[in-house]
Amino acid sequence: RCSAPRTEATTCRPPFHNLQELRHSASLANKVFIQRDYSEGTTCKFQTKFPSELESRIERTLFEDTVKTLNNFYAEAEKIGGQSYLEGCLACVTAYLIFLCMETRYEKVLKKIAKYIQEQNEKIYAPRGLLITDPIERGMRVIEISIYEDRGSSSSSSGSSSVSGSTAR
Amino acid sequence: MRECEYSQISTRSSTPMETPYKKRTPKKRKWEAFPGRNKFYCDGRIMMAKQTGVFYLTLFLILVTCGLFFTFDCPFLALQLTPIIPVVGGALFLFVLGTLLRTSFSDPGVLPRATPDEAADLERQIDVANGSTGYRPPPRTKEILINGQTVKLKYCFTCKIFRPPRASHCSLCDNCVERFDHHCPWVGNCVGRRNYRFFYMFILSLSFLTIFIFAFVITHIILRKWLSFMRQTHTPAGCVLAVVVCFFSVWSIVGLSGFHTYLISSNQTTNEDIKGSWSSKRGKDNFNPYSYGNIVTNCCAALCGPLPPSETLNRQLFTDRLIPIPVLFIDP
Repeated sequence: RCSAPRTEATTCRPPFHNLQELRHSASLANKVFIQRDYSEGTTCKFQTKFPSELESRIERTLFEDTVKTLNNFYAEAEKIGGQSYLEGCLACVTAYLIFLCMETRYEKVLKKIAKYIQEQNEKIYAPRGLLITDPIERGMRVIEISIYEDRGSSSSSSGSSSVSGSTAR
Repeated sequence: MRECEYSQISTRSSTPMETPYKKRTPKKRKWEAFPGRNKFYCDGRIMMAKQTGVFYLTLFLILVTCGLFFTFDCPFLALQLTPIIPVVGGALFLFVLGTLLRTSFSDPGVLPRATPDEAADLERQIDVANGSTGYRPPPRTKEILINGQTVKLKYCFTCKIFRPPRASHCSLCDNCVERFDHHCPWVGNCVGRRNYRFFYMFILSLSFLTIFIFAFVITHIILRKWLSFMRQTHTPAGCVLAVVVCFFSVWSIVGLSGFHTYLISSNQTTNEDIKGSWSSKRGKDNFNPYSYGNIVTNCCAALCGPLPPSETLNRQLFTDRLIPIPVLFIDP
């Protein structure tokens, strides 16, 4: 449980506490797109560079942790090793019919990722008026982060109004 | 259960393309609104190219040749030689059919087109990079470094994205496909990241099947002529037809298998090989940044690597809504 910091008078943090409130009282202000990092080839990896639009919204370390964890998940899904060879050979021998009843490792990891993103949204991003879209919804090209504004407040995201004393859930 | 209908969140649309869609449309799946030139069957489970005529020809040739083999040659060979022959033939035939259908019916790795927000964001970035000079802007490319090799990413004007490395736009299907190999009319689909291994297994097993049928039909014909108690010496027309089909197809299919074996062992796509992307003729330091260095790893990676699921998510419910709804409220 944490209370919204009163000392950060320069940032206008909408007093969202959870996704429910985000839905009811927010309006979409902007979207930030985290692009793919292809420096290691075609494996799925996102850039960890902190976008400037999020500077007033979330701490750099939290953001980088999220992206790094996602990158690790994708690396796990695309890892070529003993288990993937076994899966591949078994699939080949059964003329790939085995995929009708078995879930591939990639799909299993994608489910874990979806859960992780939902958890991150609930715990970290929604209270800050942000929302992460699962990259699979965008063809694994970008991580889309939506920035919400409180409907009642002014349209600009940088303001000096102090945050009213609010406690998180 | 969570409600399916939710109140509209008001949004300041950044592009004129984003129109809030208020009317309650009947539940539609994403494949019904697919922007590319693909055909869908079985409620989005099957995805093929627009022109499927040649695919039916492939199917016809395989079924007829195998049908002739099993009808005219197998009874004789099973009796005179061994019943294992039709069993092996049958297994090969089923494997060929399975891999063919899998290649033709699966999503080759189509990249979904950019949402209007994404496209607008990219355009803004490009404008900032180019500056407003008033001249016609140069073709949009981005240079990146992959494992020490410079690779140019091109901007796709149709899909409004920077194509990932190894992706290419198929003009027949009007889609960008990941790890695009080629568009194969014989299977009626593009061959890309998600179905390359099925395609390779198909042509490999078809090579074996063609050689198998060819060899055993010739054996049958020769045996008939030699066995003295066989009164009739004329060979059934079916055998001759099977031999003819096999003879003409074996060269191209075996050749193709050999070519793709080479591509797999060097981790290249047909597209890259044709363009000579990694050829040393382009530059002294030009090398393939995706190759793992040895043939075995390259083969294993191509054939036994992880199989990513379809990114077009064809069977999901279609929505015009581009604002992410918190996951809790979406009916799965």
